[in-house]
Amino acid sequence: MHALIELKKAGFSYGGGDIFRDVDLHLTKGSFHFLTGPSGSGKTTLMKMCYQALMPTTGTIKVFGKDVRAMDRDDVAIVRRRIGVVHQDCQFLDHLSVAENILLPSQVSGGDVNQDLGNLNQLLKWVSLTDHMNALPPQLSGGERQRAALARAVILSPEVIIADEPTGNLDWEMAQRLLNLLIELNKMGKTVLMATHDMNLIRASRQLVSARVLRIQGKQVHLAGADL
Amino acid sequence: MGNLGGLAGLFAGDKQADRIVPPTGFTARLTGFTAAAMAFLTVFALALSLATGRLADRWSAELAKTSTVRISAPDAQLVAQSNAVMKILETTPGIASARLMTEAEQRALLEPWFGSDLPLENLPIPSLIEVVEQEVGPDMDGLRLRLTAEAPGAVLDDHTRWRRPLAAAAARLRLLGLFSMVLILGATAAMITLAAQAALAANRQVIHVLRLIGARDSYIAKAFVRRFTVRATLGACVGMLIGMVGIFALPAAAEEGAFLTGLGFRGWHWLIPLVIPPIAAFVAFWSTRFAATRSLERMT
Repeated sequence: MHALIELKKAGFSYGGGDIFRDVDLHLTKGSFHFLTGPSGSGKTTLMKMCYQALMPTTGTIKVFGKDVRAMDRDDVAIVRRRIGVVHQDCQFLDHLSVAENILLPSQVSGGDVNQDLGNLNQLLKWVSLTDHMNALPPQLSGGERQRAALARAVILSPEVIIADEPTGNLDWEMAQRLLNLLIELNKMGKTVLMATHDMNLIRASRQLVSARVLRIQGKQVHLAGADL
Repeated sequence: MGNLGGLAGLFAGDKQADRIVPPTGFTARLTGFTAAAMAFLTVFALALSLATGRLADRWSAELAKTSTVRISAPDAQLVAQSNAVMKILETTPGIASARLMTEAEQRALLEPWFGSDLPLENLPIPSLIEVVEQEVGPDMDGLRLRLTAEAPGAVLDDHTRWRRPLAAAAARLRLLGLFSMVLILGATAAMITLAAQAALAANRQVIHVLRLIGARDSYIAKAFVRRFTVRATLGACVGMLIGMVGIFALPAAAEEGAFLTGLGFRGWHWLIPLVIPPIAAFVAFWSTRFAATRSLERMT
């Protein structure tokens, strides 16, 4: 099947040392991947390469069929509108309200205001943040912030959702709630790549979604087996 | 036209885009203050330039229409030569009138230098004839030849040697005024560029987030350009108004035409300072655009 994001022999070096090398990865439409590995193993680096926050030092990466090295800044901006990213630290603009933050991707891409407001109300209801729409991000709890970040990531209805340790700072119940939202998106046809080091969360997802688990080990990415 | 359209579009406003960049009090005040101060100085440079222009014109016009014939001759010949000169002047085309200055008038002319007790009758004072020219003046070279032939002691002074340096000095002053305005514009552009760069550096995290969610650099730059252009324009309006009030409050030009009291605007010249805010907006637009484009290129 045609890969939306494709890494071939991709590697990344920093300060003279390899973070990882020879990584092959195919994120096909509608797939769900967990990316796991110990802290500092390069999960965030790999994800950043998928949404062009970092360029590979070796190998090639194709996003939506286009080599990332052939993209100029405008191309990257357009591609990022097709990839929703949820960061562990959420990356909000703290002087804007929750609603304004969620609407930002739509606003910067020149979207239809009326349609966006309709989407916003639906999204706020979906992530249970309707009552907090006028709050500022620092006024939210960790779980609320992550849900708001997820809402922002999906407002443009992207084809791919990349979530970098979104449950890292959440309690078990809140982590499951967020995972369920990602699974819901996957069932709607979205491709999901989620980094986590929480094996219990991965095990808990088995009954809900058919996910592949990738493990970064020895500077390479391996498909994890039944040892989970 | 495209750029002017972009400039006009900035003032049309985009409330949502405006909110993307967090308000930064210091750079806002700095930009507004700089634009106001520069507009204020521009009003004065403009007034200086226009005043020197008027002064140059006036000096040239006043001196250009008159000339003087000085007759230095022994006492026995002085009256005869003066009469001969008067006759020549009366028959020369291009001369409106010629008048022999009286002894009292000559004494009045010398009084500031020699005092009122000057024994004029004991001094070999030349006769002076004041000549007023018509719109098209006489042929000065021809007149000089006739005077030399008829009155060897007569010297025609058409004030050229006074007029030229005065007009040159006034033109130089006007040039200095214009040069000052160019310097002020340059300094404004430099200050706004620095303030914009500071604002961009302070908002590095905002820019990072905007890029992550798919904002083009042109969108980010526009948000900063609009903010700085509007601030600079408002500052320039305030500075221009204060400058104009300052010029208006200067003492009115005296009849004697003292230079400083003539500093100001006359008639439609009061409208000229109104171009300062649009020029400030134009300068701010390009300065911020330049700073934003360069800063965003450097930010990875």
